[in-house]
Amino acid sequence: MTDNPNHFAGILTEDLKAYFGSVQVLKGIDISIPKNEVTAFIGPSGCGKTTFLRTLNRMHELAKNARITGRVLVDGQDIYASNIDPVLVRRKIGMVFQKPNPFPTMSIYDNVAAGLKLMGRHSRKELNDVVERTLLQAALWDEVKDSLKKSGASLSGGQQQRLCIARTLAVNPEVILMDEPASALDPISTAKIEELIFQLKELYTIVIVTHNMQQAARVSSFTAFFYLGELVEFSDTRDMFTRPKKKQTEDYITGRFG
Amino acid sequence: MANHTEQVRRTVLSGSGFVYWRRKISNTLFTVLFSSSILIVLLPLLLIVGYLFYKGASSVNLNFFIHRPAPVGEIGGGMGNAIIGSLYVVGLASAMGIPIGLLGGIYLGEFPHSKLSTVTRFVADVLNGTPSIVTGVFAYTVVVLPMKSFSAIAGGFALGVMMIPTIIRTTDEMLQTVPTSIREASLALGVPYWRTVLSVVLRSAKSGIVTGILLAVARVLGETAPLLFTSFNNAFYSYSLSEPISTLPVQIFNYAISPYRDWHRQAWAGALVLVMAILIVNMGVRAFSKQKYEHTL
Amino acid sequence: MALEIQDVPALQSPELKFEKRTFVRPDNVFKLVVGMFAFVVIVLLVWLGLQLYLSSQLAFHNLGFWGFIKGTTWDPVTGVFGALPFIYGTLVTSFVSLLIATPLGVGTAIFLAELSPKWLRRLLQPLVELLAGIPSVVYGLWGIFVLSPLMAMTVEPFLQDAFGYLPFFKGYPLGIGMLTASLILAIMIVPFIISVSTEVLSTVPVPLKEGMYALGATRWETVKRVSLPFAKSGISGSIVLALARALGETMAVTMVIGNTPKMSLSLLDPGYSMAAVIANEFTEATTSSYLSALVAVAFILLLITLIVNGAARWLIWRTTQSR
Repeated sequence: MTDNPNHFAGILTEDLKAYFGSVQVLKGIDISIPKNEVTAFIGPSGCGKTTFLRTLNRMHELAKNARITGRVLVDGQDIYASNIDPVLVRRKIGMVFQKPNPFPTMSIYDNVAAGLKLMGRHSRKELNDVVERTLLQAALWDEVKDSLKKSGASLSGGQQQRLCIARTLAVNPEVILMDEPASALDPISTAKIEELIFQLKELYTIVIVTHNMQQAARVSSFTAFFYLGELVEFSDTRDMFTRPKKKQTEDYITGRFG
Repeated sequence: MANHTEQVRRTVLSGSGFVYWRRKISNTLFTVLFSSSILIVLLPLLLIVGYLFYKGASSVNLNFFIHRPAPVGEIGGGMGNAIIGSLYVVGLASAMGIPIGLLGGIYLGEFPHSKLSTVTRFVADVLNGTPSIVTGVFAYTVVVLPMKSFSAIAGGFALGVMMIPTIIRTTDEMLQTVPTSIREASLALGVPYWRTVLSVVLRSAKSGIVTGILLAVARVLGETAPLLFTSFNNAFYSYSLSEPISTLPVQIFNYAISPYRDWHRQAWAGALVLVMAILIVNMGVRAFSKQKYEHTL
Repeated sequence: MALEIQDVPALQSPELKFEKRTFVRPDNVFKLVVGMFAFVVIVLLVWLGLQLYLSSQLAFHNLGFWGFIKGTTWDPVTGVFGALPFIYGTLVTSFVSLLIATPLGVGTAIFLAELSPKWLRRLLQPLVELLAGIPSVVYGLWGIFVLSPLMAMTVEPFLQDAFGYLPFFKGYPLGIGMLTASLILAIMIVPFIISVSTEVLSTVPVPLKEGMYALGATRWETVKRVSLPFAKSGISGSIVLALARALGETMAVTMVIGNTPKMSLSLLDPGYSMAAVIANEFTEATTSSYLSALVAVAFILLLITLIVNGAARWLIWRTTQSR
């Protein structure tokens, strides 16, 4: 749907429908999310943006009675094909959650190294390198380098969220999905996270769900507006906020509903 | 009317009159009654612990821990073989009860709403309410009868069956308190579900689960009834699975109902050691459940 | 210090290739394995029930199920086995112990939950738990050497002086008998009543109680009219659970009840309980019909505790449903 030919699709969905039991929450989404860009999903609460995000790394199906139809292509490969292991999908498509969720019983170091360790990678040198690199990437290294053995839960909310980002980066994903990553944080922490997202897009395809339109405008290149389980409009962020094509989009971004 | 209201107000504030005093007295009476009931409840505890030390402490010495029982009429001897035997039988019980309880509990905690979980949870509660002597009879019919001999393994089986419900229910409850966000965090890293459960979820619930296991161990450590006709008794040191073995509770029982004064003395000493051992495990539980977080994965 | 992430080779051109999944998914194997262990628990209980039922067939065969239960003679020498004296002893001691333990337990729970300051409660509750942790055989030991002489010398003569005209206190003050057994049982089950009742009373919503205080009610009036009605079902459940414990309790009872298979109205007389007869005579059971009769006693004891536990669970379930 995007008109920009310079970007080829990182994630492509075809007629994606999602259900919880008999309730349909997504009504056939077709979207082409560009590679190595930040794409924001906006829309009022309950519009399906978070559900859609969770279908992209097969987290949706973990909920009770949850299922989908349609296809999700990542680099041309259907991640819902019968021969695909969802575990490997999630390894390539990382996720950062709304509330920071560091592993409470692990140290900062172990939180970052958890993904690799649990996949059976135990080389001390490799782990040290990865922990340092990803904490640097997540702009947390300077704050924690002297206290790597302390509990991840001892950090502030903003630090915890950056720790979660470092943890996601450590397994070297290609795509990072972020579900309102700053909604539980104070303004200063939010600014740090946004700056971080901006830097990470060099290497990763980033999809961010947000209810904060200023945030979408600040960090994303493309924006998708969802309403009642449908993708209403998807375009260049600047176009979306200056010249919305649909009436519903305009109503939402000017604050007339939602 | 107004006059009456005024009168009532004055009565309330001045705190006089029959009703006022009746209420005040009954309140005091019941306060005294409830406060004294805790004293009555704790009095036996004081008496029991007091007598354990008074009658038992002087007989707890090195001989008591290393010697086996002396024949009737000979002064001396100890419960060394019974202490080792108790640890041996409880060890066997743990080898059976902990894996079944833990793994079954993982199923209950991770798939809490499945039919199998609902039924298992109910069955575990029933098993928990089954008298220990009944479990002993069961162990007798399925282990002692086919083997044609009392044995350490039969005692271990009986105690193992008793440990399972406690462990399975604590594991179940502890896993259910681990927030979904922790599971999701691990799954989103591309960690397989089984690995997530074993390494992340179980770890988060570790202190609660270990507490449950220790409490189960402490409980069967003092059990006598199911051992009377499973592991039976043995006057000697024994390390064989298929032979009768002496345990501390059974030894205390046999000495207590014997007619010999010296054996009574030993029974008190054994009871003191047993209660102290259980107390130590319970205190260990308290210490462990306070400690919340460890470093290494 | 800034790191040029573009320079990190590991992050360059990550390949997106999903491996084919294998035929046997590890997650399914995991679910199957832990599910099997959960199933083992069900197998165990069914096995236990079946095994006891089958092994007691011989005893039921001779007199019939009800005949065995109603039989009042237990004579291993002539091979006549009736279980009624044991059932009687078990029921009497359990109910008398409940009569003693209920007011003490509920009273203590009210003290802990409503009257005592927090620091005192934190000090006393572990002591109550300790009381629950003392092994049965230790209670029995103490019962034989401390409680029983005390009963024989002081308590039972006093009861006879005061209430000797009642059939419950006739006979000789031996110190060994159903009253002593009931007393020991009461001490052993009171911690169960206390811990569950304290927990239930602690869930009474504070605004409810404050509403009562605001009307000028005293502490006792608030407990009586707000807390107790609110916690009623939960407390009843705790009492029934304690009853189930008392029914199956073995060692302490065996050591003080006197082990005589007769039924007497007097609590001072010796008696016998189901658990005690199994504990005492199991290793002496030389004939298969004797052994089968003892297993049958165990089977009946299992049935009784099943019913009582079911009732307790139903009471507690009803409380949680009504909220």
